[in-house]
Amino acid sequence: MSLAYGLVQIVTTLVALLATAALLTWVERRLLGVWQDRYGPNRVGPFGVLQAVADGIKLLFKQDWIPPFADRGVFILAPAAGMATVLLGFAVVPLTASWGVAAGLNVGILFFLATTSLGVYSVVLAGWASNNKFALLGGMRAAAQMVSYEVFMGLSMLGVVMLAGSFSLREIVQSQSHLWFVVPQILGFVTFLLAGIAETHRLPFDLPEGENELGAGFHTEYSGMKFGMFFIAEYVGIVLISAMTTTLFLGGWLGPLLPPLVWFVLKTTVLICFFILLRAALPRPRYDQLMALGWKILLPITLLNIALTGALILARA
Amino acid sequence: MFSNLRTLWGTFAHLFGRRVTVSYPEQMPYLAPRYRGRIILSRDPDGEERCVACNLCAAACPVGCISLQKAEGEGGRWYPEFFRINFSRCIFCGMCEEACPTFAIQMTPDFEMSEYERQNLVYEKEDLLISGTGKFPDYNFYRVAGLAVPGKDKGTAEREAPPVDIHGLMP
Repeated sequence: MSLAYGLVQIVTTLVALLATAALLTWVERRLLGVWQDRYGPNRVGPFGVLQAVADGIKLLFKQDWIPPFADRGVFILAPAAGMATVLLGFAVVPLTASWGVAAGLNVGILFFLATTSLGVYSVVLAGWASNNKFALLGGMRAAAQMVSYEVFMGLSMLGVVMLAGSFSLREIVQSQSHLWFVVPQILGFVTFLLAGIAETHRLPFDLPEGENELGAGFHTEYSGMKFGMFFIAEYVGIVLISAMTTTLFLGGWLGPLLPPLVWFVLKTTVLICFFILLRAALPRPRYDQLMALGWKILLPITLLNIALTGALILARA
Repeated sequence: MFSNLRTLWGTFAHLFGRRVTVSYPEQMPYLAPRYRGRIILSRDPDGEERCVACNLCAAACPVGCISLQKAEGEGGRWYPEFFRINFSRCIFCGMCEEACPTFAIQMTPDFEMSEYERQNLVYEKEDLLISGTGKFPDYNFYRVAGLAVPGKDKGTAEREAPPVDIHGLMP
């Protein structure tokens, strides 16, 4: 792979991702509208598509306010870190057999886990640097939630790794050519999806933001494009988790008739819509319920899944 | 767990439901004839102002947004010299319409009254007075009331007997 091709891939992926994330702000609001029997934004441009552009312009022209009591350097660093880590995670996602910035990386899954773990820094630092009680509470919740869900997020992927025999995401997809891993790894699929929701702190697991008790949680003090960065990072996070779920459990680009890229985009889109459906349908659990769900139910399930998968592989061998 | 899945499905099923939103500027909502919107002053079938400047509407108004001044025309007919409704105060409660003894003040199914300047929400008599009869096409206060006005003496109104001469002795 030549350097030029690599650069083209990187730039294309970056632009496409940011455009997708911006568009998702509109898609989410339209879909929520549909599920709540209303329209959502439909005024700007055809079907309201340009609403994302309008919002972007609005965010860019807002006053870039840093509270005088905030820790200035960290305050600026936090949203940038959040953005950078989710974008980095995309490096290892194979869109097709040949497209993917570093899809062949032999520790792809570990790299993905590492970047999502680094994402915790973003919210914790934001909560800390804001020097605000609500923000700090949100940051603490985010830290506890993301760290504890990280644990079995990694474990839930282990079954896949055992079946595929590789950490490389490209090889994982290729080993699903006969059967998608969602069938033998249904437990892993469910737990990974739940962990992913918690990881991107999306509803119903958006306790770090928890509007009705924390204001806006860790980004209470943020406004303008810094808030926009958190916002976009959250949407890129949704895309990332959806893309990873597609890659790990739904056979990535594999599929009949349609070209590989279309299959990948299609599966990812369905998952993104599912994320939005979750937001439309489910209320937020209490914080202790969230923790109990993670440690007492989902962690044992993933361990059980690993044990079962191991037994299966041994029995077959 | 099951209830969560059921909720998910129930929400998803709304994909096939009908939207309740009325996209207002393109699609006008239905407004009932008795809708309490913009206030007007109507005229009687003869084209005269119905308002007799009795001040009952101004008295009934809970926010005090109506102000008017009585004047007397030839033949003793009262009419408002000015009639002013401050729509930035009006709460569209309809008390004035109920209080009006002559059906002069009426509310219409129209609410599109936005203005760029607040002062423009103060409607004068020219803005309020319409040329029609509003909701009561045949009603004419002076045709049923006992008051004598030019063209109608006492006792000649509808369903009215000539006045009794209380000093006469005849039965």
